[in-house]
Amino acid sequence: MKEEIIIAGFGGQGVLSMGKILAYSGIMQDQEVTWMPSYGPEMRGGTANVTVILSDDRISSPIVNNFDTAIILNQQSLDKFENAVKPDGILIYDPNGITHPPTRKDIKIYTVEAAEEAARMKNAKAFNMIVLGGFLKVKPIVKMDNVIAGLKKSLPERHHHLIPMNEQAITRGMEIIKEEN
Amino acid sequence: MEKTEYKLLKGNEVIAIAAIRCGCDGYFGYPITPQSEVMETLMELKPWETTGMVVLQAESEVASINMLYGGAATGKKVFTSSSSPGISLMAEGLTYLAGAELPCLVVNVVRGGPGLGTIQPAQSDYFQATKGGGHGDYRLIVLAPASVQEMNDFVDLGFELAFKYRNPVMILSDGMIGQMMEKVRLSPEKPRLTNAEIEERYGSWTVVGKPSTRERHIATSLELDSAKQEKFNQKLVAKYAEVTKNETRYEKIMCEDAEYLIVAYGSSARISQKTVELAREKGIKLGLLRPITLYPYPTEAIREILPQLKSVLAVEMSTGQMVEDVRLAVNGKIPVEHYGRAGGMIPSPEEVLDAVENLIWRK
Repeated sequence: MKEEIIIAGFGGQGVLSMGKILAYSGIMQDQEVTWMPSYGPEMRGGTANVTVILSDDRISSPIVNNFDTAIILNQQSLDKFENAVKPDGILIYDPNGITHPPTRKDIKIYTVEAAEEAARMKNAKAFNMIVLGGFLKVKPIVKMDNVIAGLKKSLPERHHHLIPMNEQAITRGMEIIKEEN
Repeated sequence: MEKTEYKLLKGNEVIAIAAIRCGCDGYFGYPITPQSEVMETLMELKPWETTGMVVLQAESEVASINMLYGGAATGKKVFTSSSSPGISLMAEGLTYLAGAELPCLVVNVVRGGPGLGTIQPAQSDYFQATKGGGHGDYRLIVLAPASVQEMNDFVDLGFELAFKYRNPVMILSDGMIGQMMEKVRLSPEKPRLTNAEIEERYGSWTVVGKPSTRERHIATSLELDSAKQEKFNQKLVAKYAEVTKNETRYEKIMCEDAEYLIVAYGSSARISQKTVELAREKGIKLGLLRPITLYPYPTEAIREILPQLKSVLAVEMSTGQMVEDVRLAVNGKIPVEHYGRAGGMIPSPEEVLDAVENLIWRK
């Protein structure tokens, strides 16, 4: 198994931490992982993205041009990464703020209305976990137990009381993700 | 048996953690992107409360490297970290440390240059790291990690080599390895040496106050008698020969049947490893030789594999620096080409494959 994922959106949406939780979940199930963020001018306001690779074998390049899955959270990132999805790959996006939806026919496209759902849950911080849930529904590459174990590892102890909320958000994401084509 | 515990850490973070765990006595540095997490992590972990390690933000890079000089002269395990422009500021201190035969560890998380350049990853400090940077006939021992695990491992190794040869050691990393997270197995913890232990191991040269029983020690690089200075230069030559004989490290990937070879280190080696996978899928017999030590350079390893090769491609994130050492190793026997990106641009495995195919086609 090898999964090459790009997660891209605005800074502050939890893009990097979503990737970190995914990477930690991979470690929990004895996989090799890499997490390669954009740390350049983007980090200082604007877009943020991270490439996460989970693999059963040693990972060569942590930087790749084409992805099995793109998780897209704003229009700029959609414009940038739609064409970087491998044929038969998956593109997941939150339609909130998207004016030009993806048009490719050779990939699977899903929407997850995570911003709206987070507002409904009255918890803006649940946003990225709702998205993660959507992804895990479509691509169950890590087991829920390992995600929780990963959350425990990546969150400082003082935040461990938030884990049930995160679990709930992930479950909600699994429920609301929709196939678009 | 207890299961090995892995952590998910950034290259920069693990440098700090590994330093504390291997019994480092002091860090002196000045922040600069893309390596500021080294000092940030140290400040967060507060090792002065646990191991007693000193962590100090100096007023500049020039001050940092000279604090290292002082610490090293007393036999303490001291290190600093910076990125390219900061390392240039340290160049004077480094040559003084080499001239005084003092051990220390310097981490360069390279960014694109020249000048202030960019904050994105590059490998454009190869010449500076391996051929000098400071003035005079000296060498740094240069380690090139290609993973976060090696960032961890090379801290301890770097200190070992620094003290074994009484020479500054540089970890030459870049923004990609520094900022990337991977799974890491941390090294076992080692206590800091006590002053008595330092005296026992390094008492022949440390500057810690002169007892009446011996002559004074002086940590200096000044020698006005040319004959003595030349003798010292020859001593360094002998030391570097010893380092070359004992410490040259490299990794060969898919080289057994290779007809074409990429030579690449650090980040470029990771990218090129993917290129090897892609080439093998196309039936191209491509291998990768990854120098782990850049000084000493694995010249012999390249020479040994030459008879089976048709051509060699040096891949680096610079406009062509390490390629010169590949050419010296190959010595005109087969074509050597260079493929590089610069200014913070990172080559993709696919574009490196294009370069390989161009090389084959031209042949």
